[in-house]
Amino acid sequence: MKCQQCDKPAVFHITELESGEVRELHLCEGHAQAYLNQAEAGGGQEQEAGGPLTVSQTADELAVLDKKACDMCGVTFFEFRNQGRLGCPHDYVQFEKELEPLIANIHGATRHTGRRPDRAGSDLPEATEQLTGVIGLRREMQEAINREDYERAQEVRDEIRTIEARWLGPRST
Amino acid sequence: MNLESLTQATGEWLKGTGPESDIVMSSRVRLARNLAQFPFVGRASEQERGEIEQFLREQIATAPIGKDLEYIDVGQLEEVDRQFLVERQLISREHAEAQGARSVAIDRVEQVSLMINEEDHLRIQCMHSGLDLAGVWEQIRVVDEQIGKVVPYAFHDRWGYLTACPTNVGTGIRVSVMLHLPALVITRQIDKVFRSLHKISLAVRGLYGEGSQAMGDFYQISNQTTLGRTEEELVEQVGDVVPVLIDYERRAREFLVRETQQNVHDQVSRAFGILRTAQTITAEETMQLLSRVRMGVLLGLIGDINIADINSLLVQTQPAHLQKLRGVELDTKDRNIERARYLRKHFESAGGATSPN
Ligand SMILES: [Zn+2]
Ligand SMILES: [Zn+2]
Repeated sequence: MKCQQCDKPAVFHITELESGEVRELHLCEGHAQAYLNQAEAGGGQEQEAGGPLTVSQTADELAVLDKKACDMCGVTFFEFRNQGRLGCPHDYVQFEKELEPLIANIHGATRHTGRRPDRAGSDLPEATEQLTGVIGLRREMQEAINREDYERAQEVRDEIRTIEARWLGPRST
Repeated sequence: MNLESLTQATGEWLKGTGPESDIVMSSRVRLARNLAQFPFVGRASEQERGEIEQFLREQIATAPIGKDLEYIDVGQLEEVDRQFLVERQLISREHAEAQGARSVAIDRVEQVSLMINEEDHLRIQCMHSGLDLAGVWEQIRVVDEQIGKVVPYAFHDRWGYLTACPTNVGTGIRVSVMLHLPALVITRQIDKVFRSLHKISLAVRGLYGEGSQAMGDFYQISNQTTLGRTEEELVEQVGDVVPVLIDYERRAREFLVRETQQNVHDQVSRAFGILRTAQTITAEETMQLLSRVRMGVLLGLIGDINIADINSLLVQTQPAHLQKLRGVELDTKDRNIERARYLRKHFESAGGATSPN
């Protein structure tokens, strides 16, 4: 792939994410440096203004990163970079390292200090961790059904029910 | 819920009441929430979207707020009805135009609305007329607390409430006020004001949030970041700039009256004249002219019209409202004719003489 601003090969691939809009930049080393410096210079202000979300990697790093997928919903980092939307709550755990600089860039912070949900008899972070497991199990069940392994599908469904019974608490239905 | 009954009502944000309602149209807070056991909406299958909808409906019904809500199946609505809900600011444009199972629940006074399967599983919105961020925050906090007791919100110790887009993560809160700032526009100070807002990380959008060019001098100011500060701090961040903007706008209005009395009176009168006599008129022009007339009323240059009336015309002359009121679908050309007819009829009965000073 060629640099978007000259004929040299593009070695930097930059994803900008601003208010949900995704913009991709492919630049040679020189142009990438110029671009990032410029972002940095305007950056004093940009940073304060909750400026754009920027990831920059070399092509090799990016290729590896793009293939990383969520164990639960299966979304790849490549899909996230393209759509600007994550696949499931577990992505914040799975891609924590990759998301951290992006989130720091958007919010100028990397830790929540606000309210916590108040659910009787349930520790929310723990419940979230357990319940997001259901997302992966549901996929597994579907795959078992697709290959007509009904025994496995049945097992997985029981697993889902156990987790739901434990963490969803008494349901109205 | 019956949309026809909404057609006749004015809607919360158009009441023209509440503190500072000459400049502040409405105060709004929304919270983005997701369930832990489902993929985010964009990645959910059609079946999962159905399950998300059903789960939320059933669980919210068991909360105290549940009995005040009526659901509308947005996916089943005609386009004109979806547009109608957008014009009333009860759903987002994205929610109207999306595909698949989705709905909105609205309380009787149109203060609380819950969008299900928008970008996030649940978007809670609360809106009051005039400047009342504290009241809005208190109301939505209670609704959120009630729902949080009956559904497992996706929550992480470090990242807070988990959202489909990282731009909303943490508190998931968007605090906004809609302001009417015609004098700052006329005196060309508006860009300067907004540049200073961007520096303190607040966002500015036009009415209905399309592009940056505001229709009819209505602007929405909101927080841009959602992580690393408490909800109260973010409410305060927006709340703190509003008195400053009100002060700027008041001073600009005084300046206009003092220094350009004839000009401003002429502009307002011409705007009023067109609204009372036009035979065909677009929605954009109508909003622009109503904005000027609204300012004229507030400056005492036009008598016999109240602000609530103008506010209500602002929404009644929108395309979907016009068609709902008329009871038939109209193309653009016929809508412009119908809009002009509606305005003439309205001002005929409402009077509204320009004061002769
Ligand atoms: Zn280059
Ligand atoms: Zn995932």
